[in-house]
Amino acid sequence: MAYSARKDSPELPDFSLLKRLVRDQLIYLLEQLPGKKDLFIEADLMSPLDRIANVSTLKQHDVDKLYKVEHKAIVSTSDQLCFLIRPRIQTVKWICDVVNADKAVGKLRRYKIIFTPQKFYACEAVLEEQGIFGDVTTDEWAFYLLPLDEDIVSMELPEFFRDNFLAGDQRWVSTAGSALHLLHTLYGPFTKVYGIGRCSKMAYESWRELLEDSEQKPRQAEIGNVFLIDRDVDFVTPLCSQVVYEGLVDDIFRIKCGCVEFSPDVTSSDKSVKVMLNSQDKVFNEIRNEHFSNVFGFLSQKARNLQTAYDKRRGMDIKQMKAFVSDELKGLKQEHRLLSLHIGASESIMKKKTKQDFQELLKTEHSLLEGFDIRECISYIEEHINRQVSMIEGLRLLCLLSITENGLLPKDYRSLKAQYLQSYGVEHLLTFHNLKQLGLLVEQQPGETLTAMESKVGKLVNDKTAGKLTDAFSSLAKKSNFRALSRKLNLVPKSDEEYDLRVPRDMAYIFSGAYIPLSCKLIEQVLERNGWTGLEEVARLLNGHEFAVTGNSGADSKTKNDAQRIILVMFLGGCTFSEISALRFLGKEKGCKFIVVTTAITNSSRLMESLLGNTL
Amino acid sequence: MMKKSEEDEYWNSSKFRAFTFDDEDDEFSRLKESRQAIRRLAEEDEDEDEVEKVSWSGEPIGSISWSVKETEASNQRTDREPAFPRITTDTPTLSKSQSGSSLSSLSSLFKGKTRGNFQNISETPSVRLFAPELRKSRTDTKDSDGEFSPEETVRRMQHGKAVSLEKFRSLQDKLLLLDSAVLGHHGNVITAVLIHLKRTLSKDVLFAELRSRQTALRHFVQYLTETRDQDLLLELLRSLNRTEDVALLQYREQLSLSDAPRRRDFLKTCLSLPFSADDLAHIQDQHDLLDRQILIEDSDAAVEREGKLDVFRKFPRKASILNMPVITTLYYCCLYHYSEQGTFSSPSSVRQTFKLSEKQYFVTALAARAKLKAWTDVDALFSSRNWLGFTRKRAPISFQRVVDILHRNSAPSQVLQDYIGLVDDPQQRVSLASRHRCHDVVINTYRDMKDRQLLLGYRAKVERGSAAERKIDELLSQPQIRWKN
Repeated sequence: MAYSARKDSPELPDFSLLKRLVRDQLIYLLEQLPGKKDLFIEADLMSPLDRIANVSTLKQHDVDKLYKVEHKAIVSTSDQLCFLIRPRIQTVKWICDVVNADKAVGKLRRYKIIFTPQKFYACEAVLEEQGIFGDVTTDEWAFYLLPLDEDIVSMELPEFFRDNFLAGDQRWVSTAGSALHLLHTLYGPFTKVYGIGRCSKMAYESWRELLEDSEQKPRQAEIGNVFLIDRDVDFVTPLCSQVVYEGLVDDIFRIKCGCVEFSPDVTSSDKSVKVMLNSQDKVFNEIRNEHFSNVFGFLSQKARNLQTAYDKRRGMDIKQMKAFVSDELKGLKQEHRLLSLHIGASESIMKKKTKQDFQELLKTEHSLLEGFDIRECISYIEEHINRQVSMIEGLRLLCLLSITENGLLPKDYRSLKAQYLQSYGVEHLLTFHNLKQLGLLVEQQPGETLTAMESKVGKLVNDKTAGKLTDAFSSLAKKSNFRALSRKLNLVPKSDEEYDLRVPRDMAYIFSGAYIPLSCKLIEQVLERNGWTGLEEVARLLNGHEFAVTGNSGADSKTKNDAQRIILVMFLGGCTFSEISALRFLGKEKGCKFIVVTTAITNSSRLMESLLGNTL
Repeated sequence: MMKKSEEDEYWNSSKFRAFTFDDEDDEFSRLKESRQAIRRLAEEDEDEDEVEKVSWSGEPIGSISWSVKETEASNQRTDREPAFPRITTDTPTLSKSQSGSSLSSLSSLFKGKTRGNFQNISETPSVRLFAPELRKSRTDTKDSDGEFSPEETVRRMQHGKAVSLEKFRSLQDKLLLLDSAVLGHHGNVITAVLIHLKRTLSKDVLFAELRSRQTALRHFVQYLTETRDQDLLLELLRSLNRTEDVALLQYREQLSLSDAPRRRDFLKTCLSLPFSADDLAHIQDQHDLLDRQILIEDSDAAVEREGKLDVFRKFPRKASILNMPVITTLYYCCLYHYSEQGTFSSPSSVRQTFKLSEKQYFVTALAARAKLKAWTDVDALFSSRNWLGFTRKRAPISFQRVVDILHRNSAPSQVLQDYIGLVDDPQQRVSLASRHRCHDVVINTYRDMKDRQLLLGYRAKVERGSAAERKIDELLSQPQIRWKN
């Protein structure tokens, strides 16, 4: 098990360069406002900032006090204020209030706004409207990419998903293009770019325009291939419960910027502990991609080994003991600490999951994926809602039902919606509206029952029905066609076969052998075929927007080098840890390596929460 | 790793008050390096005048330009083959036209593009897009020196250059500008143009043009949402006949009303909004429920203060019932007002008024009564008489789930075993019973299955000398049982 890559596996590029570059640029920007200044930081920028700089870095560049942006009156006495923010209108309005309040009392200060990753005209328009354009200087900090691990780079833009897919606002398209451009410049030139999805296509175009305006110095490519994929190509995968260790930890404890906070019940002490979860953590690195059922066995084996290592002390003489203490003990202690943390986390996960009757939940999800016993699934979901088990989970199951069944029967939709509103509040009318707009939770349109029947007899959906929803201009919703896709791509392995989770045979292991993630399967297929040839029908069922292009600037594209086996996958709208695990598995199988670039790490809860409409 | 956690603590502590640092600069030399590196980058940003020069082609890799600088596209595009191809299927080629070219050539491009191709990417009925073109008279298209065509303006904006939009005064020019922005896929620029249009066009004209430009429309809706320009947004949606959006947007206002009576009154006004019949019924329910909650809250708060009723003392109310969902309200009523009949707070009245199903009522009442350990009430929930007058325990959900609910409310195993015994499937019954240590149920099940081996096996699991062990021994010694093994 664990992480034994094939011997000929290529080396991953070094992404720490990205951190150095943004740190240097931040320092430069801070120096643009010489002298002591107070720095206000947008709340959700704090963790990303923490990963690339620390307090002393800021301190060295004349930052005096640090505040979190809280949208209320400030107490700073400094005569220079610097704001490090996301380009959000409400934050800029708050800054205008701060400046105008100063003006009202005749207080003179210098102000600087640093927008990251870029500024928007709409924000500058606010400055203008509020009469403080010119009173503040503005800058951009091009912090596009934060490496979370050796193979994960995040744009840390969770709002990308809602803005782009729900609101249909393309503000982040060029951001994605710029991020891609940066990667191309540092680690390219890319040889081939594949993609699917409307946003992917636009991001590609945006990057290509940047490319035309710049010139690339010929260099040895480190990344050969790129795959761009929109989150709305595959909603099924992020809606499933995660059962691979890293995903499970994210589902339960929420990993934030590569860091998790384990509560006292995990640490079995009175304090909670923050732990970085990445390949540096030797214990974590070995279990992160494992199905949860294997984790306990692995951890206890590890604990036994540790005991043996400690036991070596017995019967040592002074000299040996001295050597042991200086050479091994520190490592052992470190391992000990990590081991006990992960054992604690696993226990806590077990406790939470048995309380929730996790098995039955998984059974329902698997039935939905297979298209089996749908009535039973509906009654399970109904009961789940009636009992007010979890607002988010109930919604997630409804969406999974809708997306796998290509919409709910009108009577089911009405009844489940009514029961949901009764359990969680009528304000969720707004949530249902959002979900409908996105196509995540919809009623089957009359006439589509034909599709359901057709799919039963194994025929393919005809053009008329497949195109129906995409024709609706006012909605960005797309028809999922999950059943047909699942058949075409063999996403659901036959259930009568035993699946040994210890020796995974395909990517389905990340869902207990029940389902191969659609997103990753697509990537596999396209890479295998070197394009979309033979996948025309699949692409059509996915509502099109697929592409495969070859660049001609890559001078060394003829030479078969390692870069061709490094594939950068960019998820627009977020990706899950389970998908990353699946790609790592695929990489091992094929002797290549995947680098995941995502607008943010997501999971079913984050996805659902971003679509809630019941709060202001 | 632990160093990180210290820093995290720093962030946490800075939430409320600021930290002060001493000013010391010991890593000066390192700083100088990074400053120099960064300055190299910055130069790229600042030399606006030198846009035509591709001066940094030989720059070392480390000095990647961050905001990619503008160069005259026309120069480069003609003498250099693009490194990567356009995706030709449905990407409009608007920006490929020669810089400074007149708009008529632009229009020919538009015309040349087939509608099918175009539609895919912008989802705009293409016919509408041609309109500004067709209306445009040729004399207007002449570019005066130093002025940029719409596409060039959009390009400059995409690269973050300051441009003046003031010269786009005719409707055609404005719309061309907007359409060019949409074709560029840069949401930032689309919104910028829309802000300009909002300032310089009457609402009616702007709304009418947006009607056929879905991408631009979505950006405008998002912009108005973010600037919280509710009035204009409502007007826009009304003019587009998006009645459901209009209704929901107004309905949403309630979220800002924390005062319950005011919220109730507001909900009443929502009943005249153009909702679907189904949704209207939900909102009616929401209104009626809040009305009822206000009455219950008033009276219960008083009762609780007086401290006369036991149940409020033993189970103090954790939160107000105002604005809670109906199921939560029912739970509350089952906790505090279970035996009432005909009052606003009686569970049966809540159930009837809001047409809750048997299942909904059952699971809620079960959880509430179990919470209070009112086992007789729990028991009564299951009673049903058949036509012969026998009582039999029935439930609208599986007994397995019943056990789960009872267990969550920490029912003792004596209570649990009654219900575990009612689980149909012997396998499930046994597994539940052993999980909850209800030995009798396990033993009886094995007895009924006439499975001596399993019984023997279970004997090893129960405590030595316990009643369960004695029972097993007794059974095993009974000669009249015909064991199957």
